[in-house]
Amino acid sequence: MLVSAAALVLASGAFTAYTWLTFRAAMVEQLSVQARIIAFNSASALLFNDPVSAQKTLGALGASPSIVDAAIYDNGGGVFARYWRGRKSLIKAFPQISKSQTEAHWYTHGELSLARRIEPQGKPLGVVLIRCELGELTTRLEGYAAITAAVLAACLGAAVLISAGVHRSVSVPVIRLAETARLVSRDKNYSLRAAATGSRDELDFLIQSFNGMLEEIQQRDASLQKAHDELERRVEERTGLLHAANKELEAFSYSVSHDLRAPLRHISGFSKILAEENRDQLNADGRHYLARIEEGARNMGRLVDDLLSMGRISRQEVVRRPADLNLLWQEAWERLQPEFEGRKIEWRIGALPAAECDPGLIKLVFTNLLSNAVKYTRRRECAVIEAGQITVDGEDVIFVRDNGAGFDQKYAHKLFGVFQRLHREEDFEGAGVGLATVQRIIHKHGGRIWAEGKVECGAAFFFTLVPRKPSRPKPANSVSS
Amino acid sequence: MIHAAVEILLAEDNPSDVELTLRTLKRSNLLNTVHVARDGEEALDFLFCRGPHAGRDFAAPKVVLLDLKLPKVDGIEVLEAIRADERTRLLPVVILTSSREQADVTSSYKLGVNSYIQKPVDFEQFQETIRQLGLYWLVVNQPPSEG
Ligand SMILES: Nc1ncnc2c1ncn2[C@@H]1O[C@H](COP(=O)(O)OP(=O)(O)O)[C@@H](O)[C@H]1O
Ligand SMILES: [Mg+2]
Repeated sequence: MLVSAAALVLASGAFTAYTWLTFRAAMVEQLSVQARIIAFNSASALLFNDPVSAQKTLGALGASPSIVDAAIYDNGGGVFARYWRGRKSLIKAFPQISKSQTEAHWYTHGELSLARRIEPQGKPLGVVLIRCELGELTTRLEGYAAITAAVLAACLGAAVLISAGVHRSVSVPVIRLAETARLVSRDKNYSLRAAATGSRDELDFLIQSFNGMLEEIQQRDASLQKAHDELERRVEERTGLLHAANKELEAFSYSVSHDLRAPLRHISGFSKILAEENRDQLNADGRHYLARIEEGARNMGRLVDDLLSMGRISRQEVVRRPADLNLLWQEAWERLQPEFEGRKIEWRIGALPAAECDPGLIKLVFTNLLSNAVKYTRRRECAVIEAGQITVDGEDVIFVRDNGAGFDQKYAHKLFGVFQRLHREEDFEGAGVGLATVQRIIHKHGGRIWAEGKVECGAAFFFTLVPRKPSRPKPANSVSS
Repeated sequence: MIHAAVEILLAEDNPSDVELTLRTLKRSNLLNTVHVARDGEEALDFLFCRGPHAGRDFAAPKVVLLDLKLPKVDGIEVLEAIRADERTRLLPVVILTSSREQADVTSSYKLGVNSYIQKPVDFEQFQETIRQLGLYWLVVNQPPSEG
């Protein structure tokens, strides 16, 4: 709107200026022609010193109403003949024309003056001067200006009308559409609709497509929300069940911890008292049986304790934070030190990485693996226990290795089961809960654990702490019946 | 001496535990001043001279050995009541229990228990623990002066 107005004003300005310039040029041309005619006709009058005839020639100028006055000067600069209209001529001075020119013109107070040498066949006889007023020019110019202004006004009016129309039929709907889009994206409210224009044009088509899109999004949103709610509800339900189961398990282990241990304590206590106070009434067999009873009670007490702690660990949440595995190993090592005091063990401990893990639980892993390594190398003159990190298939794997009693690789899969043991109680005491606990902890971290062993050569345990990155897909199970 | 001042209040419902504990205390020459309460309510009645013990003059024992799982009023509640009463606020209380549940340990310490002892399954250890306990609270430890 502003731009078109500016363009119009500029155009009409240029037009007016152009008209003004051409008019002036035309005026000068017209005067020049008249000056030439007068110069031609008055040459002989000047030559023969006949002012009357020159006067007559000048009088012909009366036909041009815009000419105010005119004069013919002789070579001496005196006025030879003169013409004027209305009031007395103001011409006094002899007009100066530069040597190189035969004609000159200039403007003064709304008047145009033109002087021309009178020199037939190059012989200078005098000068003719004509003055005309520019009133005509101004009048015509005013006429033109009025027309231009009228056209300008009409154009501007039309532009305003058109732009208002465009504003109403294009801009307003587009702005409303944009506003709707903005609101939709801000509030995620897909039930909003852009207002239709009512006309059947491209814009209306655009708005309808936009609304159609919103409709679709709204529907998808609704079904997504429904699926989400359903899922949420199910998760809640399952979580509730899980919580209930967990609570039950907790209550169970709580009562086990209280109630199962008490009778064990009584068995142990009373058999001890019996052995003490009735020693003399018992024969060797009786004393042996009593010792067995006591041992059984003690073992069961240990089992109950191990089971309870495994249950506790199973229920415990893994809380990952950055931890230095070297430190955890060191702490486990220090805690177990009483178990291997006085033994000859060669330690080969490599650098362990820092890892995001539950430090308490991983320390327990190290404690269990280390305690096994110490236990199962007991018969070695010189035990060697190694720990460190290796990379297998791009995965960081931590290992603990010893040169102890080892086990038959055939049974390696059984190691991690609860109460599963590969050694006899007489050879190596134990409950068979340690590795089961270790495996639970590793699995809770998303890692894997496996073992390698050879009878009387040693055993090695390997584990990872993060889920394996998905690489090549596993080949489908090809076992067919 | 019929009314010798009670030095130990044992709150324990299990007869076997009572027997084993008493035997141990006896062996450690600490038996003569033990009173046994078989549930939490009885323990509080005894302590605060209520119900069947209404006639007793108030005299706090030197130590209370408290099982957690007691009928009627459980050990934690007994401990709460002891700590809430001005007369027994500072009375030494030792929790003596089978449980090693962390929740029990935590709530006991929050209520200001003096020690928390898990009864060992091994009888010899049990005996030793009781002996140490009796010695510490009855012989070594100076009871807090009544203010
Ligand atoms: N370092 C090892 N060397 C040889 N055998 C082992 C080693 N660690 C574990 N095992 C075998 O795995 C079994 C299960 O171990 P674990 O769960 O720790 O139970 P426990 O040590 O109480 O027997 C052990 O009984 C033993 O047979
Ligand atoms: Mg083990």
